[in-house]
Formats: sequence, C-alpha cells, structure tokens
Amino acid sequence: MGEIGKFLLFMVSCILTNNFIFSRFLGCCPFLGVSNKVETAVGMGVAVTFVMALASLFTHLVYNYILIPLKLEYLSTIAFILIIAGLVQFVEMFIRKSSPSLYKSLGIYLPLITTNCAVLGVAILNVSNSYGIVYSVFNGVFSALGFMLAIVLMAGVRERLETSNIPKCLKGFPISLITAGLMSMAFMGFKGLFAGLS
Amino acid sequence: MNSKTKMSSVFLNGVLTENPTFRLVLGMCPTMAVTTAAINGIGMGLAATFVLIGSNTVISILRKFVPDEVRIPAFVLIICTFVTMVQMLLQAFVPSLYESLGMFIPLIVVNCIILARAEAFASKNGVLASAVDGAGMGIGFTLALTLIAGIRELIGAGTIFGASVFGGGYEPMLVMILPTGGFLTLGILMGIINALAQRTEKKRIKKEA
Repeated sequence: MGEIGKFLLFMVSCILTNNFIFSRFLGCCPFLGVSNKVETAVGMGVAVTFVMALASLFTHLVYNYILIPLKLEYLSTIAFILIIAGLVQFVEMFIRKSSPSLYKSLGIYLPLITTNCAVLGVAILNVSNSYGIVYSVFNGVFSALGFMLAIVLMAGVRERLETSNIPKCLKGFPISLITAGLMSMAFMGFKGLFAGLS
Repeated sequence: MNSKTKMSSVFLNGVLTENPTFRLVLGMCPTMAVTTAAINGIGMGLAATFVLIGSNTVISILRKFVPDEVRIPAFVLIICTFVTMVQMLLQAFVPSLYESLGMFIPLIVVNCIILARAEAFASKNGVLASAVDGAGMGIGFTLALTLIAGIRELIGAGTIFGASVFGGGYEPMLVMILPTGGFLTLGILMGIINALAQRTEKKRIKKEA
C-alpha cells in the first residue's frame, strides 16, 4: 500500500473506527452537555476542530524541541495543559477582534474547550504513538471531525427524543447514554472495514 | 450544628447526595473508559481521590492569595502538579495498573469533578472542610466506578476482581466490556437511581400531606 493509501486508512481510522467518543471515550462531557440542538453541536464541533489542530501542532513542537532536549518529559502534562489553556485564550481573543460574527457563534464554547479531554487526549496520543508533525496535525483534525460527526448525530437524535414519550426516570442523561450506547454499537460495525484492507 | 456533624455532612454530601457520577454527572470520560474491570475502577477512583484531596487542600490554603482573574489557570496548575505526582507514584509502585489505565491518568487533569470542586467548594471554604469535601467526592466517585466496573466485569467476563463467579459454563457477553457496554450500563444505572429517588420523593410528599 502506498503513502496515499496509508493516509486514507489513517483518516478512516481516526474518524470512524477509533472515533473519539464511541471507542476512546474522550470528550464525553461536551458530547452529553452541548448536544441538545444540531446548531450548537455544529458550533462546538467547529471550535473543537480548530483548537485540536492547533493544539496538536504546538504540543508536538514543544514536546520534541523543548521538553525532550531538556529531558523534561515528565512535565509533559503540565506543559500541554498550559499550551491548551493559552491557545484557547489566544484563539478567543483573535476571533473576537477579527471576526465578531464568528465569535458570536463560537464564543461561548471556546472557554469550555480547555477542559475538554479530547484536546489533551489528542496531544497525549500523538506523543505516545510518536507521530511525526504532519500525522500529529492530521490526527488532531480527523479526530476532531470524528468528534463533530458524533456530536451532530447525537444532537439530531436528541431533538427527536425531546418530543417522544420516555419513562420519567430515563429522561435527560440516562436516555442519552443509552442512545449513545446504541450508536457506538453501530460504529463498531466500521471495524469490519479494515478486515479486507489489511 | 457543631463542627463534627458539619464535617460528616460535608463528607456524606459527596458520597451520596451529590454523588459526582450519578447526581452531578461529572467526569464521564474516565467513568466509562476505565470501568472494564473492577480493579481498574478502584484504581482510577483512588487516584482521583488523592488528587481531589490534595488540590482541594492547596486551593483552599491559597484561596485568599490567588486573584480572581487568574484563578482558573492557577487551579489547573495545582491540579496538574498532583496528577503528575499520582502518575509517577503509580508508574513506580503499581506498574500493572499504570499500564491498564494508560492515558486516563494524565487526563485526570481535565476531569471536570476536580475543577468543579475547586471552583464550587475549595475556593470558598476552609482547609479542613475542603479536604473532607475532596475525600467525600473522591470516595463517591470510587464507589460509583467500582459499581459500574463490577457490573461490566461480571456480565462481560464472568469474573469479579479477576475471580471467576459463574464457573466454566458461562458464556461471557463481550459487548459489556466494549465501549457500548459502558454507555448502556451507566445509562441504565442512572435510570434506576432516578427511579428510586423519585419514589422516595413521592413517599415523602405523601407523608407530609
């Protein structure tokens, strides 16, 4: 298989088979918290994609060119969370100045992203899989797209659930979790995609 | 209320009334990700408890010195310090648990329970009360994780803490250990707890009427 084939396989694995929510359990809090409406879910997804791509790039640079030469790998968690928090703050200020309309639609989600474990998760995954710089950034982008796919699908289902007749004790989180369970079962089906390729 | 009963009510608040998993619905990612075996549930719970007690204590000590504007970054740094300590301790003394929890140890930093308690409790209350709150929340989290992990391990592998329960004739239901099982178990458990809570509430109203 050539480079391109390998890359496509990597893309499908990030978005579908190793979906951040349904198979890695990263980013479940926003997944359950901000998936009430399709519109807000899309906003959250775009903001997360943006931050995850940048975070993958910067954590890669800092880890490989600052922490490793100084033999400070054990500080990686602290360094990563500081980078992410700073990045989110910076992105927020930048968007506010440059595009007020985008800020209006993304603004409220940006501070939430600092504590989204998907962002820190992708940084840690990049390091533990020792991806190069290109694969790190694309891992960020594709994983975030997988996250967006999951959260938008979930929002679509939840909009319907609002109007359906559910037992009182299952209203809210329990029914969302059960729905997510069924969706993750469907996503497991994508694992079969690789059987023919490898 | 004297100080002793106050402390015990703070502690029980975390374990039962405001159980972080079932009542506050915080920290969902580790709750579902590591609960494939009961021992992992306990390990994760205790690691988070250690971080909670430590961060709540330090944040409460520093609450008068940290300016309001930079409190979140300051809290995150304090939490991060404790998480790095836990990571190193686990790696040195319990390598098998360190392996099975994997990336979810550094991810304790972004576990919403810890930041939520720092913000909602430790930054407003005294040192002892904050430490007790951390312990209560931590134990509540540990109990919830162990319960979920126990159920998943029992159905998904037919064992509890690695010991076989049903004997050789039992065909394990693998799906419970896969991610799907995590979502389903937590959803159904939460539903049952809601039903129980609603029932006791109804009884209480009837008694008062």
